[in-house]
Amino acid sequence: MAEAVLEVEALHAGYGPAKVLFGVSLSLRRGEVAALMGRNGAGKSTTLKAIMGLLPPRGGRVRFAGQDITGLPPFRIARLGLGYVPEERRIFTDLTVYENLEVGRRAPAAGRAAWTPERLFTVFPNLAEMRGRRASAMSGGEQQMLTIARTLMGNPEAVLLDEPSEGLAPVIVEQMADAVLRMKEEGIAVLLSEQNLDFAAAVADRAYVIERGEIRFQGAMAALEADEQVREAYLTV
Amino acid sequence: MDFSFVVVQALSGLASASSLFVIASGLTLVFGVTRIVNFAHGSFYMLGAYIAVTVVPWLLEIDRSPWLFFVGVLVSAVAVGILGVVMEVLLLRRIYKVPELFQLLATFGVVLMVQDAVLKIWGPVDITGPRAPGLRHGVEILGQRFPAYELFLIFVGPAVLGLLWLLMHRTRFGILIRAATRDREMVGALGVNQALLFTGTLFLGAFLAGLGGALQIPRVSASAQMDLSIITEVFVVTVIGGMGSVTGAFLAAVLIGQLQAFGVLVFPKITLVLVFLLMAAVLVVKPWGLLGKPEAAAGRAALPEGILNPARFAAVEKGLLALSVTALLALPFFGSAYTMKVATEVLVFALAAFSLNFLVGNGGIVSFGHAAYFGLGAYAAGLLVVKAGVPMEPALVAAPVVAGLFAALFGFFVVRLSGIYLAMLTLAFAQIAYAVCFQWVEFTGGDNGVVGVWPSAWAASRHVYFYVVAVLVVAAILALRHVVYAPFGATLRAARDSEQRADAIGVDVRVHRWLGFTLAGAAAGLAGGLYAFSKGSIDPTMLGIPMSVDFLAMILLGGIQTVMGAVVGAAAFHAIKDVFMPLTDFWRFFLGASIIALVLIFPRGLGGAYAALRRQPGVVRA
Ligand SMILES: Nc1ncnc2c1ncn2[C@@H]1O[C@H](COP(=O)(O)OP(=O)(O)O)[C@@H](O)[C@H]1O
Ligand SMILES: [Mg+2]
Repeated sequence: MAEAVLEVEALHAGYGPAKVLFGVSLSLRRGEVAALMGRNGAGKSTTLKAIMGLLPPRGGRVRFAGQDITGLPPFRIARLGLGYVPEERRIFTDLTVYENLEVGRRAPAAGRAAWTPERLFTVFPNLAEMRGRRASAMSGGEQQMLTIARTLMGNPEAVLLDEPSEGLAPVIVEQMADAVLRMKEEGIAVLLSEQNLDFAAAVADRAYVIERGEIRFQGAMAALEADEQVREAYLTV
Repeated sequence: MDFSFVVVQALSGLASASSLFVIASGLTLVFGVTRIVNFAHGSFYMLGAYIAVTVVPWLLEIDRSPWLFFVGVLVSAVAVGILGVVMEVLLLRRIYKVPELFQLLATFGVVLMVQDAVLKIWGPVDITGPRAPGLRHGVEILGQRFPAYELFLIFVGPAVLGLLWLLMHRTRFGILIRAATRDREMVGALGVNQALLFTGTLFLGAFLAGLGGALQIPRVSASAQMDLSIITEVFVVTVIGGMGSVTGAFLAAVLIGQLQAFGVLVFPKITLVLVFLLMAAVLVVKPWGLLGKPEAAAGRAALPEGILNPARFAAVEKGLLALSVTALLALPFFGSAYTMKVATEVLVFALAAFSLNFLVGNGGIVSFGHAAYFGLGAYAAGLLVVKAGVPMEPALVAAPVVAGLFAALFGFFVVRLSGIYLAMLTLAFAQIAYAVCFQWVEFTGGDNGVVGVWPSAWAASRHVYFYVVAVLVVAAILALRHVVYAPFGATLRAARDSEQRADAIGVDVRVHRWLGFTLAGAAAGLAGGLYAFSKGSIDPTMLGIPMSVDFLAMILLGGIQTVMGAVVGAAAFHAIKDVFMPLTDFWRFFLGASIIALVLIFPRGLGGAYAALRRQPGVVRA
């Protein structure tokens, strides 16, 4: 079994008086794709934000690449090689595609090949044609691709991907799955949150299921697909 | 008016526009990234001018070359840029997440501190700067002489605009600034150290202000009043252009430059009023300014915590209240005339502060120009007594009525806006009122104001007048307090909270806010009228920005989230000012430092501390 690049232990987090996470533990191994599944409001986004330091963890520990990153500011965590793609896309609408990529650019760790816009355009061919265009003029799917490309410009070792397939047309969802698999090929570990079981099954090796801020299932993706009881209880609406 | 005259007038308008733009671009950049409206931007401008009138003559001693003049200008701008860095590291960094009212107050604290520092270093006398070698002559334009330096300035604006464009689009720093203007948290999540970005932005912003100031030295002498006069103009430019938009600031500066150049021919006295009218008109049509965008969620509350479920007086507090009122009534029996004067002023300010907190704490309407209504009340009463020979009693009725009418007029526009734009508009209206009182010398006495505003004979003694004030102030405060608890007050609070959730403001809600604004203005006007008779005179400082800030400091000190805190805050603030002002030549410095300290370490004020003591859920948010 490959060593874990990201380890989350008994994470607690919330907003103001509202507690949302109650001791979430999970891990992500080097180069694997893991899915964090759960219904709307289960706590998926909150988990990813708390890992990234966008929401201060109220308890528990997060280790990344052997370092304790609990409570570090997001930019420090990003610099250690953990990328984050938010659910709401949050591209810089006033900037061109190229400029959006520039914001994400960081030098790679020693000995790794750097992502360049040109290399990214081989993964996201759509973006190539609109590199000089303002991001506000792009479709939702293109914007979603751009957020991922932007994060890859930081040459991360692992990426947190918040509901990549949400709200996308089926064709685009397929492209998205290809992109995730390409990231895996490049040796990037991906932790993605998902509600769409088909999408997760197409890309993920392992799965966690979260409900009301607690992990209710963990195991191989295939095991989740086979476990009707768990799916009924926590995934179908 | 012949053609050549029009051309020259337009050119001089462009020269002013250039200067204005250089300064405004810095403010708008800083706002775009940090979401802080930096009052101290005017101080940076002033420092630029003062440093330049020191450095440039020194350089010209070495050699009277045009190059050294501009080296001196740049050196001054860089020095100011470094001061901007100091301000970011020491202060701004600590207040990025606090409500914008607190940010405005804290940066105004810096304004006060810089004013005293400048007086200490450069003395109270205005300093005339050297003229630029090589640009001292006039140029013939269509038979009219036009100063070469002004012509040069005309090119500076577009040049700075061009350079800023290159910086923003062709450098990584610029691209990061533009990205952070939209979503700074996301920029951080991509690994950018925001602290460095913000520090760099402050350097750039302060540099531009300093550059604007240093470039002014051949045109205007450096004086300690430069900061507040420029900051209002620059606020107007950035608000009209759209906060955060550099190109918008350029457009607005050109517009205002021309308006002033030609407005001065038509209405020589009220060019300032024209400018503010333009601003009000633009904001009504385009609430985000010409090229502005709706404020993106910036990760902090727009408003400070307001009053929640206002606590009614408990038995103990009723006792305290009775005790205070008894003390008030008894005071004249042993107080000296001076004590009575101070006590009278405390009461007056208590009402002014209470009326402001009615707006801020209860309505979420952060007025930065509440002194306007205080001052208008004072002027209404004072002018009626002195110019029309009306006795005190009807004049005291007129004070709240006139102030209320103006509050209704201005408030009609104000309540359509929210957040920082609302604050800027209230400030602008206050400056209109200030400008009229200041510039309309024949009617208002201008800078000196009017003296001889004395109470009627029966109330002439300080002790009797104190009773007059006490009765009216207590009655007005209790009446306003009653409104806070009435359904009307609850509606205002609901409107405030729905505004925080950025819901659309419905018409009915808008009417409530408008009435609330009018009511608060009238109450402040009553306070102003009472103040005029206590001082025996009126003058424009009664409606100036520093007075508005004093009121804000009072409610901050008292605790915005409490109903009665403002009264305590006014008393404490006035007492502190009265005790410390005579002790030191640097009272502004200490006042500024105290305001900053208040924001940083004591944002809930005295009332908040008391409410926490009382530990009653619902008084203070947990
Ligand atoms: N900004 C917020 N403030 C308060 N509560 C929030 C906020 N964001 C999410 N929540 C609450 O936290 C819970 C988990 O939300 P989230 O992590 O976004 O779920 P998911 O991503 O699984 O749909 C939900 O009950 C949601 O209402
Ligand atoms: Mg989510």
